[in-house]
Amino acid sequence: MSTVVTVDVAVVGAGPAGLAAAVAATETGARVAVVDAGNQPGGQFWRHAPETGNPGTADVQPHGHHGWSTYLDLRARFDAARSAGRITYLPGLQVWMAQHSGDAFVLRTTAAVASSGATPATVAADRLVLCPGGYDRQLPIPGWDLPGVMAAGGIQAFIKANGVLPGKRFVIAGTGPFLLPVAAGIAEAGGKVLAVLESSSPSAWLPHLRAAAGVPGKALEGMAYAAVFARHRIPYRTRNIVTEILGTDRAEGVRTARVDAAGRVRPGTARTYADVDVVGFGWGFTPQLELPVSLGVETRLDADGSLVGIVDERQQSSVPGLYLAGEVTGVGGATLAVLEGLAAGAAAARPESDVPVKQPAAIARHRRFAQAMHHAHPVPAAWQDWLSPDTTVCRCEEVTAGEITEARDQLGARDIRSLKSFTRAGMGWCQGRVCGFASACLSAGPGQMPDAGSLASSAKRPLAAPVGIGELAAQDG
Amino acid sequence: MTHGSDVLVIGAGVIGAATAYFAARQGLSVTVLDKGLPASGTSSACEGNILVSDKELGPELELTRYSLGVWHHDLEEHKKLWEFDSKGGIIVASRESSLASLHRVMAVQKSYGVDVEELDQSALRDAEPHISPEALGGASYREDCQVQPMLVAAHLVRLATEAGARFIADCPVSGFLGSGPDGGRVTGVRTPRGDFPAGAVVNCTGTWAGELAAMAGVEVPVLPRRGFVIVTEPLPAMIRHKVYAAEYIDNVGSSDAGLQASPVVEGTPAGSILIGSSRERVGFDRTVSTAALGLLARNATALFPFLKDVKAIRHYHGFRPYCPDHLPVIGHDDRAPGLWHAAGHEGAGIGLSAGTGKLLAQALAGLTPDMDLSPFAPARFSAPGKHTPVHREEATA
Repeated sequence: MSTVVTVDVAVVGAGPAGLAAAVAATETGARVAVVDAGNQPGGQFWRHAPETGNPGTADVQPHGHHGWSTYLDLRARFDAARSAGRITYLPGLQVWMAQHSGDAFVLRTTAAVASSGATPATVAADRLVLCPGGYDRQLPIPGWDLPGVMAAGGIQAFIKANGVLPGKRFVIAGTGPFLLPVAAGIAEAGGKVLAVLESSSPSAWLPHLRAAAGVPGKALEGMAYAAVFARHRIPYRTRNIVTEILGTDRAEGVRTARVDAAGRVRPGTARTYADVDVVGFGWGFTPQLELPVSLGVETRLDADGSLVGIVDERQQSSVPGLYLAGEVTGVGGATLAVLEGLAAGAAAARPESDVPVKQPAAIARHRRFAQAMHHAHPVPAAWQDWLSPDTTVCRCEEVTAGEITEARDQLGARDIRSLKSFTRAGMGWCQGRVCGFASACLSAGPGQMPDAGSLASSAKRPLAAPVGIGELAAQDG
Repeated sequence: MTHGSDVLVIGAGVIGAATAYFAARQGLSVTVLDKGLPASGTSSACEGNILVSDKELGPELELTRYSLGVWHHDLEEHKKLWEFDSKGGIIVASRESSLASLHRVMAVQKSYGVDVEELDQSALRDAEPHISPEALGGASYREDCQVQPMLVAAHLVRLATEAGARFIADCPVSGFLGSGPDGGRVTGVRTPRGDFPAGAVVNCTGTWAGELAAMAGVEVPVLPRRGFVIVTEPLPAMIRHKVYAAEYIDNVGSSDAGLQASPVVEGTPAGSILIGSSRERVGFDRTVSTAALGLLARNATALFPFLKDVKAIRHYHGFRPYCPDHLPVIGHDDRAPGLWHAAGHEGAGIGLSAGTGKLLAQALAGLTPDMDLSPFAPARFSAPGKHTPVHREEATA
């Protein structure tokens, strides 16, 4: 058996929410363990080059980071607690199973990358704060499986981690404000952004201006991006989508079109961009729900169509002692994640006390803003029309859109569970993390979005991460 | 619902689907109801085994061999739909004592006509190059096959509807028509979506069969026996057959409530390796058992040491529907006229489904079945009469 670390509060994830939760919990008096897949704190949002010295030094300061001063502040408090022996930091580990037995939560871990050398540990804690974040939501279109097609977040992570670009000439497409920092980051790092294609329209924001006005920082961010776009002459085309990626062995160009409000292609608006290296898609994010779902947390459908965990005002889920913070409670960005993390960490450290939630008004304001953003940037209802029958949907198992609709129409695969059984979509290495949302849409039918039940079944992954059979063999209870 | 069917099948798992298919092909009018979608119970949580090698001599082996014939002949034209694979099974013995028992079992099986061939150490290594160096020898069963069970159920339902049957999903049965506390013939079922009258009602509800039968006032002791299966990352073909350890046969027939597991390791067309399978009697407990996963992993790596460095990407569990005497319940229930059962096939339901469906369809059509169904008679658990208590020692053992 691996070593067992016993603490008051375990935190999974060391991104904005997890780092904040760990700091708040330890500063409220708890002994804390932090399990994170990364090799250094920061998560996806504050991903940075491998540290050789102090994270505050210039050689670590990454490209285009928002809230880096927040990171440095949290990091200093995190490092101080570690030095004082109040935080046990377990980097390079993924939780493959979380269990709730009696009064304790037990996390079983495995090395995130086999070569990382991290030694798996078992963590036992009275309370648990899950901050696993999210990953890019993907929609398949013809040619999306060609090399050179990346998730927008993947491009950003690549730049943050390596300080170099994954190509030279880019087209960025999808929906939502996240396309802006990705394109700006590429341009600032010396890449050419041929266009940013936003499927929604600017007028979609009009009904939500009140919510937007509540978070003035976001408007400032937006203006900063506008300046970058102007300086680098990046065309920003709304109501436009990529309909096809061109190329044989890798992405060489894209075909685009204008769409109506539902995402239906307007005839006669096709246009081709040639000489494209990298196509980046951002269709929002999918929160990582496998650990909350495996522990029986009640879930709901958020405004962006994602499955998220339900929490109370202290970030506690429907499972007593289990707290959620960050994207798992609803995609809302790093500032909100930090606020939620601070609230969750403090509450988990003193569950019986009435310590007020820090900045409840700020949390509410950022949530309203996030809801407005989701309403203004929906996944287009007609996106399934962009597929052709031979478009690959599940890349791991090479299942096409045609095979999926046939299983739905002929074999009655009207939910994601039967669809997986009949076609193997989502059964491969990634366990449906990439294709889960798209497959759930397809099983629901043309123009349909999946309901909470279908997404919950898609998020059910009895192993939250791949684990060696040899490691399983060491489990004896 | 005004219009009745000749046959109403409850449950669109593999047993109900096969029964509906063969009944429709007999020319009977058939309605199939399921509380969810096809193959959403045990049929979707198993390994798709069609095994001869692990069967007890007697009615079970006889039904197995009959069913194998149905798979190969009646259903031959559809094999590709459900990835039918005549891969063969190999039982491996790693101890002198288990090798000796295996040889005894083989001798008896041969005398009953089972196609089994002894493998010495080098023949075993030729058949399975990655087998543990500690394996002493084995037995090869060429008749053992595999299917993708969810596809079997879904396609048989589809083919049944093409033959005139009607399938209604999301339609749970809440009671029977005609059967009151005073008895009487079962003449159909009640559902939230209306009443469905029928000449014969067939209970094909697997682990739920006991609950269904109770609604008609009869006891059918079908109990759940939990099994876990581990699925690995996709790999190039490393394991060619279904490979079991010699202890597997002992566990299948056991009624021990505790956790047991003998390795059953095999590759799949998709490249993943399936590692089964534990047997526990814990009711319908869905809690993941790290003890069960650990035991499966230890057993599998003992058989194939290379698995130690392979990643598991998923596991699943299901509930085998089993009866105290380890024989299924197939046929008319004389205690509740009009009610038929086909359930309790334990870990052999996929393999036995084809034969069960065909035999039952013959009986439903008033023909003499190709094989005597009396060993599987539902009433064997109690004397005729609806309210006779049945001993449930097995449930609490």
